Formats: sequence, C-alpha cells, structure tokens
Amino acid sequence: MIEIKSVSKWYGEFQVLTDCTTTVQKSEVVVVCGPSGSGKSTLIKCVNGLEPFQSGEIIVKGTSVGDPKTNLSKLRSHVGMVFQNFELFPHMTIIDNLTIAQEKVLGRNKEEARDKGMKFLDRVGLKIQAPKHPGQLSGGQQQRVAIARALCMDPICMLFDEPTSALDPEMINEVLDVMVELAKEGMTMMCVTHEMGFARKVANRVIFMDHGLIVEDATKDDFFGTPRSDRAQQFLAKILQH
Amino acid sequence: MSYNWNWGVFLQPSASGDDTYLGWLFTGLKWTISLSLSAWVIALIVGSIIGVLRTVPNRWLSGFATGYVELFRNIPLLVQLFIWYFVLPELLPADLGNAFKQSNPLWQQFFCAMLCLGLFTSARVAEQVRSGIESLPKGQKNAGLAMGFTLPQVYRHVLMPMAYRIIMPPLTSEFLNIFKNSAVATTIGLIELSRQAQQLVDYTAQPYEAFIAVTVMYLLINVTVMFLMRRLEEKVRVPGFVGGK
Amino acid sequence: MYEMDWSSIPGAIPLLFKGLLITFEVTITAIVVGIVWGTVLAITRIGPNKILAKLAAGYVNLFRSVPLVMVILWFYLIVPQGLKAIFGDDIGDIRLTSALVAFALFEAAYYSEIIRAGIQSVSRGQVSAGLALGMTQWQTMRLILLPQAFRNMTPLLLTQAIILFQDTSLVYVIGLSDFFGTAYKVGDRDGRLVELLLFAGAIYFVISFSASLLVKRLQARFVK
Repeated sequence: MIEIKSVSKWYGEFQVLTDCTTTVQKSEVVVVCGPSGSGKSTLIKCVNGLEPFQSGEIIVKGTSVGDPKTNLSKLRSHVGMVFQNFELFPHMTIIDNLTIAQEKVLGRNKEEARDKGMKFLDRVGLKIQAPKHPGQLSGGQQQRVAIARALCMDPICMLFDEPTSALDPEMINEVLDVMVELAKEGMTMMCVTHEMGFARKVANRVIFMDHGLIVEDATKDDFFGTPRSDRAQQFLAKILQH
Repeated sequence: MSYNWNWGVFLQPSASGDDTYLGWLFTGLKWTISLSLSAWVIALIVGSIIGVLRTVPNRWLSGFATGYVELFRNIPLLVQLFIWYFVLPELLPADLGNAFKQSNPLWQQFFCAMLCLGLFTSARVAEQVRSGIESLPKGQKNAGLAMGFTLPQVYRHVLMPMAYRIIMPPLTSEFLNIFKNSAVATTIGLIELSRQAQQLVDYTAQPYEAFIAVTVMYLLINVTVMFLMRRLEEKVRVPGFVGGK
Repeated sequence: MYEMDWSSIPGAIPLLFKGLLITFEVTITAIVVGIVWGTVLAITRIGPNKILAKLAAGYVNLFRSVPLVMVILWFYLIVPQGLKAIFGDDIGDIRLTSALVAFALFEAAYYSEIIRAGIQSVSRGQVSAGLALGMTQWQTMRLILLPQAFRNMTPLLLTQAIILFQDTSLVYVIGLSDFFGTAYKVGDRDGRLVELLLFAGAIYFVISFSASLLVKRLQARFVK
C-alpha cells in the first residue's frame, strides 16, 4: 500500500531524513517512534506530499508522490491524515468540518455528505456535538472529530502524526480507543506516536527512528522483546519509566 | 479678541443661490462618503489579492506583492494623488489622455481620488491580510491540503475565513482611516467635506461655525463606522474561539 | 506621447533642499514634542485621577477621529489668533508656526496610543516588584516601567515617525513651502509638473524606504 524507498531530505545543509526505506502492507498497522527531532513526523508528512523530499521515491497504491506530474490533491483526498493539534477549521461547525471536503473535493451532494458525516460522528460518539464549533469541544473530542473528518473521505489508508501528544492525559484513551477500533477493522495505518501501549495492542510492526535514520524496523514482538540497537533500548527504557 | 458667533449662517442661501450653506455641507458629506466607500471596495479587493500573494510559495508572485506594498507605503498619499491627477493623464496615449481631461472635472477628481485612495489603502489592507494568514497555525494549511483541497481551495475555505475574522479590528481602523484620508481629495478640488469647510470660510467669513460643523460630521462618521463594525464583529464571531493563535 | 524634460530640476536643487529642511523641521519637532506630550497623555490616561484620565482620552480620541487636513486648517485658524493676542498684530508669516503646533499636538495623540500599549505590555509583576523594593509610584514608572516600555515600542515609534514624515506633505493645504510644496511650485512655474511630481515621489520613496529598512534591522537586533 505504501512503499518508501531510499528517501532523503534536506533543509538547506541539514539532513533530516537519510535513506529511509520501509513498506506498509494493506491492513497493516505500523507505529513509528523515536526521540523528538528524529524525523518521524517529517517522514509521515512525505507520504502524502505535505513535505517535499529531494531523493528517493514514495509510492502510495501505485502513485508516485514525488513525481511532479502526480495530482497531489487527488492523492491526498484518499489518504486520511490526523494531526497533533487536531487542525479542525475553527470557523465552521463540527458537521461542516466533516462535509466541506466531501463536497468541494469529492463533489458529493449536501445530503450524502451530511449523512456520511453524521454516521462517522456517531461512530466516534459525538453525534450530538454536530452543530457546535471546534472551540467548544475538549481536546479529546476535537481529535475524535478530526479522525471522523478523515474517515468521511473513505481513505485507503490513514496517517497519524502524534495524535495524542497535545492532549491532557485523561483524554488520551478516548482517542486511542477510536484508533484501536479502526485498526481492528483492518484500516491500513501509519502512526507516529509514543503510546507504546497502543503499539503493543494493535501494531504489526514498529519502526524506530533517530537522527533521520530508520534504526530499527521490526515486528512488534521482536521490537519489544529484543530491540537490537542501543538507542532503541535507551528510548524504550525512558518511555517505560513514565 | 471678539468673534461674532452666527450659527444661523447655515440656513442662509448660499453664494450659488440655489442652496443653503447647510446644503453645501451635506453635498460635501455625500462626496466624502461615496469616495470613501468606493475606495474601500477597491482597497479590500486589491488588498486581499496582494496580501494572499505575499504568502504564496512562489518567489515571483510574493516578490511582486512585496514591491507593490513597499511602493504604495513609502510615498505620501498627497504625492500619489497628484501623480494620479496630474501625471497619469499625460502619460496615457494622447487621445485617451485628452478624453480624460475633457470629461467633467468633478468626475475626473472623483475617479482619481477613488483610485488613489483605494490603492493606497490596499497596500495597508494587504499587510493586515498577510499578518492574519501568517498568524494562523501552520497546521491549518496542511490539514486543508491533506484533505485533498487545492491551494486556492485551502485559501478560500480554510485560511481566509479565519484570517478576516482575526484582522477585523485593524481592518476597522483602516476603514476609519479611509474616511479621514479622503480629506486629501480637497487638494485637487473635489468638493468633499474639508473642501466645503474651506469654501464656507471663504464665502461666509464664519470660519469657526464651518470648521466645528465639519469636525462634528467627521466625528459622527467615526462613531457610526465603529458601531457598525462592532456589530459585524459580533455577528461573525466564532463560538469558543479566543485570540489569534 | 509625453516628452519628459528633467532640465528644470538641477537649477531648483537649492530651493528643493530648503523645502526638505522645512519638512525635516516639522517632522522632528512633531516627533520630539509628540513623544513627550504623548507620554504625558499616556500616563495620565492610565493614571489614578479619573477626571484627568477622561480628559486625556477625550483629547486622544478627538485628534484621532479628525482628518489631519482638518487639523492643519484648524490650527492655521487658531494659532494666528493666539499669537495676535500675545504679540499684537505684527506676527509675520505664521504658516510654519501653525504647522509645527498642529503636527506636534496631532502626533501626540497617535504617539500616546503607542506608548500606552507599550506601558501595558510590561507585565504587572514588574510594578509590584518595584513597589516591593520601596520605590514610589513615580519611581517605579520612571525607572522600571518606562525604560522597558520604550524598548518594546521603539520600532512602532519609528514606524510612526516615517508615516509622519510622509504626512508633513499635507502642509500643502496652508501653502507652506516644504519639500513637496516647493516641488509643486517649481513644477507649476516651469510647466514641468509631471517631472517634478515624479521626482518628489522618488525622493520620498527613497527616504521612507531606507528608513523602514533601518527600522527592520533595528527590530531584528532588539528581538535577539
């Protein structure tokens, strides 16, 4: 589904990604972790072309992301993305947040978009919030809306960029629950997150990054059982102390 | 120092005979308002376009927009007005320039003042629009793009609606400024409020009454605009949203 | 097509320079008096005396609601009366004097708003800290608040000065020969208005633009 081949990226002189290679199969859940500044968020943003990269290739279901001829908008419209800071559109009601792209990008009509929006709002347990504005919801609720917003586009895969790190601790689980459910339904997911509990529960593979390199790319059991690199061991030790 | 107050002067028939001096003032008010409103339309449209261009990821477009803003911001309004009024008709192709010079003088004055004031203010509006867009979290643009919006759609549906709300207060003060700046049109003879004040001084020799009346009219414009803009601000306020970040 | 002829400019340089001096005289007077009087207004406005605060607010709002053109005309009307009352009828050309007064008092209103925002941008804890050290209100204001406030608002004060520099061209309405007034008169005299207006515009642009670049550099230094 997602093939990342030898991707490198520089900000001027500074190399943020070095020769990153990995794949995400259909219905696979891959967790990307690593210390801050390790390039994990940059890598996931390369997948839907939000960040350009200078060398290598990324192919999402047969479409090359780096190819200048690729219609990025079209590609992105069926790759869902969830952001650290939710990024709901504050001037629109919740339901409008869910329908705007369905109407303007996918060309669905109003009723169809609305029905779909309400369906997914119901799934994340926020149907009654439909007429409110994002600013009136808690962080956890906003992030659930953001997931529903992405699902409305019938995505072929979902990208999560630290979806819980801007949340107060008591709200993390309500978001993780939605993500776990999604994973169990067979959604293809690539998640940048530090939530190792989530990784243990649903991940197929774990990728550990440091200084722009993919240091470790292992099945869940291998990663938690016998991480091969020192850096991954240190990282895990630090995370588990919390 | 004795001054003979005579507020009755406003009801006297004016020098032109067909009107009172109060009528002159209202004519001035009418021109001040139409000049300011039409210039404001230009300023909003052009200013929004230039402001957006300053933020787009294209060096040529943003460079052009920056040059535009710097040009209009660093030349005094009065000089700009005189350039529009005295220089431009000369630089136009001869027949077009002559046609302009032979048209109704009032129309010439109004057209030049409107264009001048509109473009002058557009540079300032552009700066507000740019800062409004830049004050939005960067993730908003990414979120829009990630949903498959094209860049113009992201601006139209995601960035601009919030940016306009955020810059409402500075836009209000630019809107107030345009009424005040419209007084500069007196220098090319447009019969707006300030011109009428000066005319009244010349014709009636009651300068204080004339100036006080005109000053009060400007104050009333100010109060009205502030009231209306506050109503508008309340109307478009986003529930639960605080501040610009 | 119009034929440009710039030949009347070189001969007029001394005159234009004299005009430029007047422009700077008005600008600098208005900056100095404006900032001093503006500071007084700002402090009064946030001060403890409610009546004085109201008066200061009224002053600022009045000046900020009226077009500068009207303010210049107003003072051209009032200042001669005042001078005549003091010095008798023999007062000579009062255009420069009334322009100086008008700009100084007008700019003070704008400066006071910048200064007030600057003072309010300093955190309240600073005042408490000053008072806790045993300083008086006035000492806290002078030694703690104002130095920080002026540091914060220097870029804005300078930007306002650039706007003011451009606005001084409006003394045209009372016929004072500042830089722009002189350029206009020379152009009118020689029938070369087009060239003189473009020339004047270019000079204003060069001065204002370089000044604004300087302010930007300064601002970058302050932020560090």
